[in-house]
Amino acid sequence: MDANLLTSVLFATVVAGTPLIIVALGLLVSERAGVLNLGAEGMMAMGAVVAFAVTYTSGNPWFGALAGMAAGAGMSLIFGVLAITLQANQVASGLALSIFGVGLSAFVGKPFEAVALQAVPAVRIPYIADIPVIGEALYNQQLMVYFSWALFWAVLWFLARSRTGLLLRAVGESPASAHAIGYRVQAIRYLAVLFGGAMAGLGGAFLSVFHTPMWVEGLVAGRGWIALALVVFATWRPFRVMLGAYLFGGVMITQLFIQGSGLQIDFPAQFLSSLPYWATIIVLVLISRNVQSIRLNSPASLGKPYRPDD
Amino acid sequence: MHNSAPSTTQADSPFRYRLALEGISKAYPGIRANDDIHMNVAQGEIHAVLGENGAGKSTLMKIIYGLVRPDAGRISWEGRRVDITSPAQARALGIGMVFQHFSLFETLTVQENIALALPGRHRPALLAERIMEVSEHYGLPVDPRRHVHDLSVGERQRVEIVRCLLQSPRLLIMDEPTSVLTPQAVERLFDTLRQLSAEGCSILYISHKLDEIRDLCHHATVLRGGRVSGHCIPSEETPQSMARLMIGRALPVCEHDEQTPGDVRLRLAGLSHASDEPFGTDLKDLHLEVRAGEIVGIAGVSGNGQQALLRVLSGETPLAEKHPVQICGIEAGRFSPARRRRLGLCLVPEERLGRGAVPGLSLTDNAILTAAREQGLVFGGLLRKGRAERFAQRCIEAFNVKCAGPSAQARSLSGGNLQKFIMAREILQSPALLICSQPTWGVDVGAASFIRQSLIGLRNAGTAILVISEELEELFEISDRIVVMAKGRLSPARKPGETSMEEIGVWMSGLWSDDASAAEGGNA
Amino acid sequence: MPEFPLKLERRPQASGLMRVLSPLLAVILTLVSGLIIFSALGKDPIEAFRLFFLTPFRDAYSIGELFLKAAPLMLCATGLAIGFRANVWNIGAEGQFILGAIGASGVALYFQDVDSRWILPAMLLGGAAAGAAWGAFPALLKTRFNANEILVSLMLVYIAQLLVSWLVFGPWRDPDGFNFPQTAMFHDAALLPTLIEGTRLNAGFPLALLVLLAAYVFMHHSYPGFRMKVAGEAAQAARYAGFSANRTIWTGLLCGGAAAGLAGFSEVAGPMGQLTDKVSLGYGFAAIIVAFVGRLHAVGILFASLLMALLYLGGEQAQQYMNLPSSISMVFQGLLLFFLLGSDVFIHYRLRLRAARHGS
Repeated sequence: MDANLLTSVLFATVVAGTPLIIVALGLLVSERAGVLNLGAEGMMAMGAVVAFAVTYTSGNPWFGALAGMAAGAGMSLIFGVLAITLQANQVASGLALSIFGVGLSAFVGKPFEAVALQAVPAVRIPYIADIPVIGEALYNQQLMVYFSWALFWAVLWFLARSRTGLLLRAVGESPASAHAIGYRVQAIRYLAVLFGGAMAGLGGAFLSVFHTPMWVEGLVAGRGWIALALVVFATWRPFRVMLGAYLFGGVMITQLFIQGSGLQIDFPAQFLSSLPYWATIIVLVLISRNVQSIRLNSPASLGKPYRPDD
Repeated sequence: MHNSAPSTTQADSPFRYRLALEGISKAYPGIRANDDIHMNVAQGEIHAVLGENGAGKSTLMKIIYGLVRPDAGRISWEGRRVDITSPAQARALGIGMVFQHFSLFETLTVQENIALALPGRHRPALLAERIMEVSEHYGLPVDPRRHVHDLSVGERQRVEIVRCLLQSPRLLIMDEPTSVLTPQAVERLFDTLRQLSAEGCSILYISHKLDEIRDLCHHATVLRGGRVSGHCIPSEETPQSMARLMIGRALPVCEHDEQTPGDVRLRLAGLSHASDEPFGTDLKDLHLEVRAGEIVGIAGVSGNGQQALLRVLSGETPLAEKHPVQICGIEAGRFSPARRRRLGLCLVPEERLGRGAVPGLSLTDNAILTAAREQGLVFGGLLRKGRAERFAQRCIEAFNVKCAGPSAQARSLSGGNLQKFIMAREILQSPALLICSQPTWGVDVGAASFIRQSLIGLRNAGTAILVISEELEELFEISDRIVVMAKGRLSPARKPGETSMEEIGVWMSGLWSDDASAAEGGNA
Repeated sequence: MPEFPLKLERRPQASGLMRVLSPLLAVILTLVSGLIIFSALGKDPIEAFRLFFLTPFRDAYSIGELFLKAAPLMLCATGLAIGFRANVWNIGAEGQFILGAIGASGVALYFQDVDSRWILPAMLLGGAAAGAAWGAFPALLKTRFNANEILVSLMLVYIAQLLVSWLVFGPWRDPDGFNFPQTAMFHDAALLPTLIEGTRLNAGFPLALLVLLAAYVFMHHSYPGFRMKVAGEAAQAARYAGFSANRTIWTGLLCGGAAAGLAGFSEVAGPMGQLTDKVSLGYGFAAIIVAFVGRLHAVGILFASLLMALLYLGGEQAQQYMNLPSSISMVFQGLLLFFLLGSDVFIHYRLRLRAARHGS
């Protein structure tokens, strides 16, 4: 196989997987605290459109990224109020957020649809980038890609080593026990949800500002939902999130691979585009069949509202 | 960290009582949980708080531990007025609490669990050392590195206690600590508590078990209906006099005469089943027979496979083979719950709200839940709501259930009344085989006695009854034969008159000899 | 740190009054937000209000449009409600709608030149069956493999959209259609008869009412409906009573799929008269909101679908006359659901002032 092709495939895989990593890690933290936020799609969409708008008007993509994070966090706050304070049904609240977020993003983004942004240059890490095949693919990437790796290590350390991470896990397993010891379960869950929202917004910002610098309605195309599936697939463990995200990234760019390899396969474009969604279904089936594993690893209080007595 | 044994003695202390409560009151919508409570606890005193379920003991303890704020009243700690606003503050004052339902995290280690409860950061190695030191000193050995889900119930309680002791408490609150212990483990716990008391630590001991309180406690405050109904010195009282303070009248006695058992309604023939819960108990080669007209009691501390057994019997966990479970002579191991009910099985589960009854539905709807077929409440796929309501009304009247009528929501009933309704629903279906789990747990004494008498009445009418219960006294009172379940296995059966609580207590640790079963009748 | 002066306290008995008032409260809050949004966008709020909510009632034709739009919403929401009551979360109604449209179109195109009164019923069956099949997918995966039905049914939405896109750009494209992504127009026999002259209202609306009635009997008076209600309220109790969880899941998803499929049929056999890649305007997702606002109850769904149709039509008016993007209706839909979830809290809880501190 052509080395150049392999490099470009790897490159594209990393790029495609990056927003999934960011969003899924945020969702993972939120779910480890016991909160299931199905509004990921809406938060990503809002993050994408706000980041685009701010980048366009200010000329600075980093302001855009921050704005995207803020938008995602803001959306997640709505969800937090509904699901944590008002103890509404988490599934319905998350769905509402997704529908609302996608609709609002389409509405807000209307004026920006035909507009182009300047592409953000990649960051090249010297020496390492010169390694044949993988160097170019891995180390001549957007800063956000490196950020996603840093985020992975940060989340891993946080959950496994830090006291706050321990507390988060405890809350996710049994909020009643955490409350009995005297911890403020609601506050911890809020923080987890806001982090998840900020990451979802950032993932969306990556799509609209750093990846394909443009905004259209439907830009997110289900990635928020795929990220949710990813967390289940990874049985709530950060390393498997990385793995899964890159696997999905690979599926997403299969079209590129097939075209570039010169294979004469006559698949309709829509079929190829539907591959990531089929992959999600297959992956969900594979991981969910092992009921024991799911029960063992999923946070025990996931999706259940916590009602303090007083 | 300072030494865990305070050195002040009664003589040179500047205060009279470690803890003094005056006029404490707390009301919830529709109920006065605590009404003008007053109580004094001296240094080194083991003080019992006695009362039946619903008397207000839990609420009072939550107030002392800072989980709940009282509506009125004063709390004095070591002579000073205090306002306890949070568990962290209570701990800082020197109050520790061991909960009835443990507040431990299963997926974390013992050390991580303890670290979460202690303020500030701790070097893991130092903490592990401290844990082992304290646990050895008080005769409660625990290994800091083990995960909690690996521990037995008794070991978990030790972790709860050690967690409190590490903060050098001057007052330790123990909420119904012995409901999950074998009689031998109870003795060991009492030794620990006496040691603590000798070192000057005061202990608040919440319980409804009169014998234990007489054995252990120096003073007792008795609660009834949210108020203090009396103070006493347990060693100077009899169980009857304390019971009178607790419920306002004498303890009712069960009438129970001999019966000749009939045909076998339930047979377990070598039942084995691996648990599908991540940290569950496997069932190993169970043999048992229950005949018409007899009550068989399964004793044992929870966590030894009772839940799994109940699910296998009810059909919620279907087996791969059909012969290990036989209902009325038919091999039913693979049958669904609906099919088993058609064979004449009725079941009263441990959890009332959420399993035995649907909280948000009316009593009429809850009657349809299990009695639909047997009572003809369904026809042509449609519900016959009139008949369902009449059946629910019959249940209410037969068991004197206090409620607003058949249309009342299940969750509006008190625990005892809901249990009576569920019992009525199952018993009025005239089952061939009735299985109950923890039939009187959390139920007030009057209703509990009624339920037990009803079970005996049903048995006299020819039903085969299997009762799973943690209350040994209850099983001794109503069973014709008793077996013990420990670590997923069943002991040989014994008649209550031919054994003692001590022997059963030993068996509850799994220490029975299997050749005893050969000599005993009543087993397969 | 001072405590928030209000707190939520559980009611001893769920408030029947709030159960009915909560959707009304949500609607009012949404209307108020609407006025605020319009003002913020620099549009005259009264004019926008009139355009959005009053013009659809101005003549018979417009009212016909209202019912026409409400019918597919009602159908989808009815099917969804059956599942939601049992905690079966079918989020893929959009995809099942599209499959229903495909199924019905397939029959219509196959019998393109035939004139028979059996074509329409065949299309109806085809649509319902196709929708049900698309709903069977998540049901199978959930019962066999424990795969989350929310994610599976949702993925199938994206796949369905791509499927219909492929069909109308590819094998089913109208050869005389100037390369537009659409099929040929259907024969007259394949179209639903118009009910009222001068409007576009067709037999789809009575069909929706019929389905609604059947669902009402099922949910409130039948034993299978009772079993599903229990499964939704207390899964453990359902297991204890011996109600099959698998049957619950299959019923919920097949009903949802079939109903959405019927809605798809009514769309292509209606004014559209053909299959295009814009066959669904987000009806499947709007139906989720309709189901919730309608309290998962037949009568509520009837009114909620009319309300949602109103919002859709209002969005179209706003786009035409006020230069606002049509996605404004999605914003309103989302707001409505938020407010509903918020107001629903007060069914089981009430606000109380925190008790003042005593005994200082």
